[in-house]
Amino acid sequence: MSDEENKFPGENNTGHFWDDDLRELDNEPPAWWTIGFHASWIFVIIYTLLYPSWPMIDTHFKGLLGWTSIDEYHKDMKSIESVRAPYENKLKDLSAAEILADDDLSRYVTASGKVLFGDNCAACHGAGGQGNVGFPVLADDDWLYGGTITDIEASITAGRQGIMPGNAAMLDDAKIDSLAASILDGKVIENPAYTEAGCIGCHGADGKGLSFMGSANLTDGIFRFAASDQLSSIKHTIKFGVNDASNPKSRNAVMPSFGGTKLSDTDIKKLAVYVHKLGGGQ
Amino acid sequence: MGFNVSKENESDEKTVAELYEEADHWHVNTGDEIIHAKRMGGKFRDLKWKAMSVWLIFFLGPYLRWDGNQAVLFDIPNRKFQIFDITILPQDVWLLALILLFFAIMLAAVTSVAGRVFCGYFCFQTIWTDIFTKIEEMLEGPPTQRRKLDNAPWDARKIRLKVIKHSSWLAIGFITGFSFTAWFTDSYQLWIDVLTLQASTFIYVMLAVFTAGTYILAGFMREQTCFWLCPYARIQGVMYDTQTVLPTYDIARGEPRGKLTKGNVVEGNGDCISCNQCVAVCPTGIDIRGGQQEGCITCGLCIDACDSVMDKIGKPRGLIRYASMNEMKHLEVKPFHKRPRVMVYAGIIVFAIIGLLYGLTNLGTYDLKVIHERQPLFVQMSSGDIQNKYELKILNKTDKVMNISISVSGAENITTKGIREKMTLQPSKLTSFTVFLLIPKKNLKKSRTPIYFTIESYQEFGDSIEYQSMFYGPKYLD
Repeated sequence: MSDEENKFPGENNTGHFWDDDLRELDNEPPAWWTIGFHASWIFVIIYTLLYPSWPMIDTHFKGLLGWTSIDEYHKDMKSIESVRAPYENKLKDLSAAEILADDDLSRYVTASGKVLFGDNCAACHGAGGQGNVGFPVLADDDWLYGGTITDIEASITAGRQGIMPGNAAMLDDAKIDSLAASILDGKVIENPAYTEAGCIGCHGADGKGLSFMGSANLTDGIFRFAASDQLSSIKHTIKFGVNDASNPKSRNAVMPSFGGTKLSDTDIKKLAVYVHKLGGGQ
Repeated sequence: MGFNVSKENESDEKTVAELYEEADHWHVNTGDEIIHAKRMGGKFRDLKWKAMSVWLIFFLGPYLRWDGNQAVLFDIPNRKFQIFDITILPQDVWLLALILLFFAIMLAAVTSVAGRVFCGYFCFQTIWTDIFTKIEEMLEGPPTQRRKLDNAPWDARKIRLKVIKHSSWLAIGFITGFSFTAWFTDSYQLWIDVLTLQASTFIYVMLAVFTAGTYILAGFMREQTCFWLCPYARIQGVMYDTQTVLPTYDIARGEPRGKLTKGNVVEGNGDCISCNQCVAVCPTGIDIRGGQQEGCITCGLCIDACDSVMDKIGKPRGLIRYASMNEMKHLEVKPFHKRPRVMVYAGIIVFAIIGLLYGLTNLGTYDLKVIHERQPLFVQMSSGDIQNKYELKILNKTDKVMNISISVSGAENITTKGIREKMTLQPSKLTSFTVFLLIPKKNLKKSRTPIYFTIESYQEFGDSIEYQSMFYGPKYLD
């Protein structure tokens, strides 16, 4: 920069020179830029007037439109509910069996049931009802308490907790081994120990279990307590039982109740239909 | 803007001052002057009218009927394109990719061969501007009178002319927007809806945007759009090569240029008589004698102008003519098959056309997808059968209700659940079914068995399709 006299008088330069004639001019910014600049601050003022904006000591300016994000959320939810309403209203008055029989409704229920299933059931029974260690598969047709839509609905509403007493005191190891081996083969009813030990009382003469008490089918090769070493798993169950309070090594198998305050009747119906359609409903 | 193709060593010797001096002559219109191009008849002007008429399809197409429906309807809300007898659903949208490929490469090929032919003869910006200026000329007269009128004070005549001009421009803008919109919704119904104020806000916004866009772009921005807005104008410029045929001023023949003296070309002068007609008729306001430049849309109107002047002064036509750089320099002019770029473009175009023809003749009547349930992959049933769950998604691509049967093959003793003998598919809808397959364990030889779902139609027009999926069983089967 130099302090020389302005060599370019009458020009709108700022008086700053470099290298003789390189100088800074004081031009107006382009029109489009000026328009954009003014449009911006006008926009800001209008926007902050319309929408919640300026902070105040203990509150904020609410905006002339009274817009809030939670209102918008509620509005959106209402529009979703208005789409769902015709279905939901029907579901209220129908039984789970009637819903299942209606193609249109059961398709709707399968879609919303998936979410309910994920929230309430999948933790134990797996996302697709494939079961887990200690938790039964819901996609097969082996049901402890019956696989009709009413049975499933009842299981969800009230929960299930079967009892099998431990037999360690009553049966010696040899008998337990032989029983376990014949259960694994699916031919337990041919084993005399089956009747002698009284298994027949709960599991039935055909060994297929009794759905009203939740006793397992011992002949179908599907195991309530599935394990990689199935034989020792069976032995363990015979020895220590299921939910046998007197026996600390007893199996723990409790399906909690979802009725009452946990889930609405409609939600339970939805879940019953959903589970029924997983693959093994009867 | 380089012209006269100066030799390199020459430019090296130029001083900085000389370079700046050259830049002083560099004139680019950035919108501060309005181009009032003169209209003149001629070969290329006629050609332009003919090429422009292609756009009648844009205006009239939506009113064509076929089987009681709009012949061509791009029904975005219902996600289907109806083109005469063909229905294209989103599943076949790969065809659209080929159409885009076709036009993109077509543009490249044409540009490589004959420059910005699209810009000069087909581009909506050029065409609409041409129509707008035609109206302007009909109302206000030739360029000199137009300039005079622009500078004249406002009186009744000026107001009347301007009002008529601007309202006809706006009317064209509206028709343009309406015609565009009519490709996407029923055209006759659209007239009724728009005129009775029943149409959706969206449609009114569309019409407003198009009306305003057409009015501003063709009425005011004009050649400025080609200079500063249009990306194709820039892209096409770099697709030229020395073989590309463009309107070119024959420097060797024309220079040194000079006015006629007593009706004759001055001895020693070239054929260019500085009549400036080529500049006067140019819709983008450039001087083609400056060489090829960004503003040139290769419309050939300067050729018409120059030819008519050459006729008058008794010189041969073609002082400005469509020619390649090589032709002007008397270098080799290669035929198409010796220009790799043209051949590659042609190859891609042929590929796109074949793909389109194949696609359109093999659209099929439905589309089948089978999704195997992953959780669980399989289930052991009480009977000893293994059960797999599948989601069948069947798209009916026709506009008729279809009845189909589904069969499964791939293993012995397959039991199915969820398949009815006759299943109904709604037109242009995707229907999904859950299907369970049960196979006795003894019939499975491996943990994974390929399974085939076959769909057959009860109707004559439906074809049969097959989809291969997998049947999973326990790992110990392997």
